Amino acid sequence: MKIPRLKIFTLSFALCWALVATAGELTVSAAASLGAPMRQIAALYEQRHPGETLQLNFGASGALLQQIANGAPVDVLATADQETMQQAVQAGLVDAAARVNFIANRLVLVLPAQAAALPKDLADLAGASYQRIALGQPASVPAGRYARAALERAGLWERLAPKLIFAQNVRQALDYVARGEVDAGFVYASDAASAGARVKLALEVPPGSAIVYPAAPVRAGARPREAQRFVEFLRSAPSREVLLRHGFSAL
Amino acid sequence: MQGAWIPLLLSLKVAGLATLINLLLGVGTGYAVARLRFPGRDLLDAALTLPMVMPPTVLGYYLLVLVGAHGPLGSWLYTQFGIRLIFTWQAAVIAAAVVAFPLVFKSARAAFESVDAKLEEAGRTLGLSEVSVFWHISLPLAWRGVLAGLLLAFARALGEFGATLMVAGSIPGKTQTLAIAVYEAVQAGQDDVANFLVGITSVTSIVVLLAAGRLMPGRLPRRH
Repeated sequence: MKIPRLKIFTLSFALCWALVATAGELTVSAAASLGAPMRQIAALYEQRHPGETLQLNFGASGALLQQIANGAPVDVLATADQETMQQAVQAGLVDAAARVNFIANRLVLVLPAQAAALPKDLADLAGASYQRIALGQPASVPAGRYARAALERAGLWERLAPKLIFAQNVRQALDYVARGEVDAGFVYASDAASAGARVKLALEVPPGSAIVYPAAPVRAGARPREAQRFVEFLRSAPSREVLLRHGFSAL
Repeated sequence: MQGAWIPLLLSLKVAGLATLINLLLGVGTGYAVARLRFPGRDLLDAALTLPMVMPPTVLGYYLLVLVGAHGPLGSWLYTQFGIRLIFTWQAAVIAAAVVAFPLVFKSARAAFESVDAKLEEAGRTLGLSEVSVFWHISLPLAWRGVLAGLLLAFARALGEFGATLMVAGSIPGKTQTLAIAVYEAVQAGQDDVANFLVGITSVTSIVVLLAAGRLMPGRLPRRH
């Protein structure tokens, strides 16, 4: 029997490709607010486990969940809220038992660096000097959901509705503020810290429920043991130190 | 599903106005580049075609930097007229017009170039002014090609997403066009809304493309 040479070549090439692509690779889908610290944590993890590489995918927690629900090859999911993770558990995408909380955050109101005056409380946002207020799209962005809850409790949601600009993720809301395209925006304390002098911190917003980030291995992932190891690493002292340095808060 | 029609109407309004802008700008520049000889003509042609090949996010960023609060045009508009463009439906029109412009420009240029120069020359020898030559000879002969370009531009404007999202955001009922409403529905896992929106987008696009196909210059009977 003669196997065509081209076929052998193609097959061996495909095999090599598959080996290269899967050897020690872990895909992590993380909330947009985890951006910079997650990159550092990934570098730390790769240092400690030679041969392992982490692929990081950032987005709004809700968007990440939809990607996984639609079959995206993800090994670890880290969201900015309990609600999205709960939806993942209910959809059978992650195991409730494997889920761990690893860090907390605070919701703040920020203003562009050029802002002349700072609001004293949320009610000031109803004033004429605040024409546009950015927050994450509540349907898919946890930071937006926390902001909506805070505004609803303050009885301001209906009144502010015409001024609200919905961002695709919390970093976009931050960018809108930093560029001066909106007059104020709801972001995490960690986002405000990352923006430095580009935004002014106006006030801390009580979000209602605590903002606690959970992570879990994705059931359909190809490497469950390594995924679990990375989730544990997120909880370890070196990771926590990186996160605290970026403006997150201890659990 | 009641509210799902709002993004369609908004998309039609935005795409319609963007096409109207392109009718003036695209036909004007198309005619100028087809008929005038001047240094840097090829460079101008390339620059005007650029929006067709550049990623819409790049255009969106250019627009954001240009008409944003700190941009040269944006800050001028604000201090002179108190206009803030970002996050308005007008910004969506600008984004759609820029992205779809090359389709009108290219079609118009090709259509004007296919007009027999002898016919225009004949008009001139009979005493017509340049303006009359354009209105009574060039434009009527090039009209079908121009119209096909306009319909393609309308279809492209209807589907514009990247640049629009960057400069107009996604405000329900104000700047949330069809393409962006689909994106939001998928992100939020609202598959029923997404299915409905995708359905009406597909039907609308097919209707526009069928109309454009019927007007394509290739289907014209030979003129002479």
